Amino acid sequence: MTRNIHPLLIAGTVLVFMFLVGPLIIVLGAALSDTTYLTFPPQGLSLRWFENIFQIDAFRRTIFTSLQIALLSTTIALIIGIPAAYALNRHRIQLPGWLSTLFILPVLVPELVLGFSLLKNLAVQFNSPIYISLLFGHSLIVLPYVVRVISASLASFDFSIEEAAISLGSPPLKTFFTILLPNVRSGVIAAFILAFITSINDVSISIFLTGPGLSTLPIQLLAHMEQFFDPTVASVSVLLMLLTVAVMAVVERTLGLTFLAK
Amino acid sequence: MKRFAGWSLAFPATLLIVVFLVLPVLATIWTTFTTPAGPFATYLSFFGSSFRRTVLFRTIQVSLAVTAIALVVGFLTAYVVSRAPGWLKSILIIAAVFPLLTGVVVRSFAWLIILGKNGILNSTLLNLGLISEPITMLYTQGAVIVAMVYLFVPLMILTLVGVLESIPDDLIQASASLGAKPSATFMQVTLPLAVPGLIVGAVLVFTGSFTSYATPQLLGGEQVMMMGTLMYQQAMVTFDWVAASTIAAVMVVITIAIVAAMNAVARRLNPMAT
Repeated sequence: MTRNIHPLLIAGTVLVFMFLVGPLIIVLGAALSDTTYLTFPPQGLSLRWFENIFQIDAFRRTIFTSLQIALLSTTIALIIGIPAAYALNRHRIQLPGWLSTLFILPVLVPELVLGFSLLKNLAVQFNSPIYISLLFGHSLIVLPYVVRVISASLASFDFSIEEAAISLGSPPLKTFFTILLPNVRSGVIAAFILAFITSINDVSISIFLTGPGLSTLPIQLLAHMEQFFDPTVASVSVLLMLLTVAVMAVVERTLGLTFLAK
Repeated sequence: MKRFAGWSLAFPATLLIVVFLVLPVLATIWTTFTTPAGPFATYLSFFGSSFRRTVLFRTIQVSLAVTAIALVVGFLTAYVVSRAPGWLKSILIIAAVFPLLTGVVVRSFAWLIILGKNGILNSTLLNLGLISEPITMLYTQGAVIVAMVYLFVPLMILTLVGVLESIPDDLIQASASLGAKPSATFMQVTLPLAVPGLIVGAVLVFTGSFTSYATPQLLGGEQVMMMGTLMYQQAMVTFDWVAASTIAAVMVVITIAIVAAMNAVARRLNPMAT
């Protein structure tokens, strides 16, 4: 089946995939090392750096904050994103053209600029809690994932089922929860999980919206790396990679991983 | 009535984007024109400072290098992946998605272990006797470029696999049956049809590199300051918010200009559209 591919191209592809996977294997090895410094291959196997994560107060706190922000921002994005995706697909003709441009803005505007602007013009200007800016900033950057994934699910939804329900007298909200939502369920799950991992991993928005008393896990990792060069960061990285594996399993079962190539 | 339904469903999300994105970002850009020194003073001082000019040119240079490398590597790899048998293709896609969904801090950190003074690369080279003392690889432009290529190649591969798979197989077979060699088919059929996808990939990688923060911060440091790290430094270390806003405005303008220009080019070049 490998139709007429030059052997050099195949060799190159093997190298590219070694380049893609190798560094992550190195992180895994470094996390399991029994030494107090980062090294690969690991010298002696130990899980003590994983224990160490939970002994450091800052990591415990930021893991909790990151999970909380990811859950809340993803929920907000789903609650407002699903109706928006529905409107953009079903009522496109009635809506003005600039509205779909507006929905591209969270992808178009650099996240650093968004984070800085939320800090400067919302948190400081109006003396509002920085948590609000962090939460809605995250909701904004995950919103495009929700709209895109739900739109893809709606594209394969047969709207005549919905029309049948309405013509038989089903009220709009009931139609939404009993007809539409169950039919795009796998899209909702995939949107949730992709949005969740995006929020957990975010640096560019959070870097401006954290400070004393409020920080997220990736920001804490950056701060830790500037002071220490021990395997703790490697073991946190491995925990995050385990989360990635879980996310991939869910995406594969709902949308199929090839969706990410579209 | 229908118009109202569409609006009310899209309204909460529209409100979020306007209140938490459009207004704050416009306010940031607005403040760069309203300084006491006059409307364009901040831009004159930005482009007047040779240090900031250097940072801007370095950022463009690094982003162009990353885009070019990611395009070539990503396209050739995607070509092989798209023609691989089913089971192998699934494995390769998993191997590309995994780093893509892994965070930027973790992926940059990996290169910190590899390229450090006592890192894997240096100790390997020392053991092999190829060098007599560790070479400085961290905090160089090369380190930033390698780590960013690592960051963006999976994205490029996945984008281009999608594009290559959408090229009808009939066209490839027709070309072959008319006597074209595989290399000619590749150059005259596959490549031109993939151009719109290559442009999309290039825009994603260029704008992503241009506005990145974590990778230049970890692997470039003070020595290889880029627009993102300079903006952070101005905002949070020296607290010069006008200067930071100016950098933000320059980033927004360049990003939007590139996306708009490339959209126009892609529309022209799309051979399927005509």
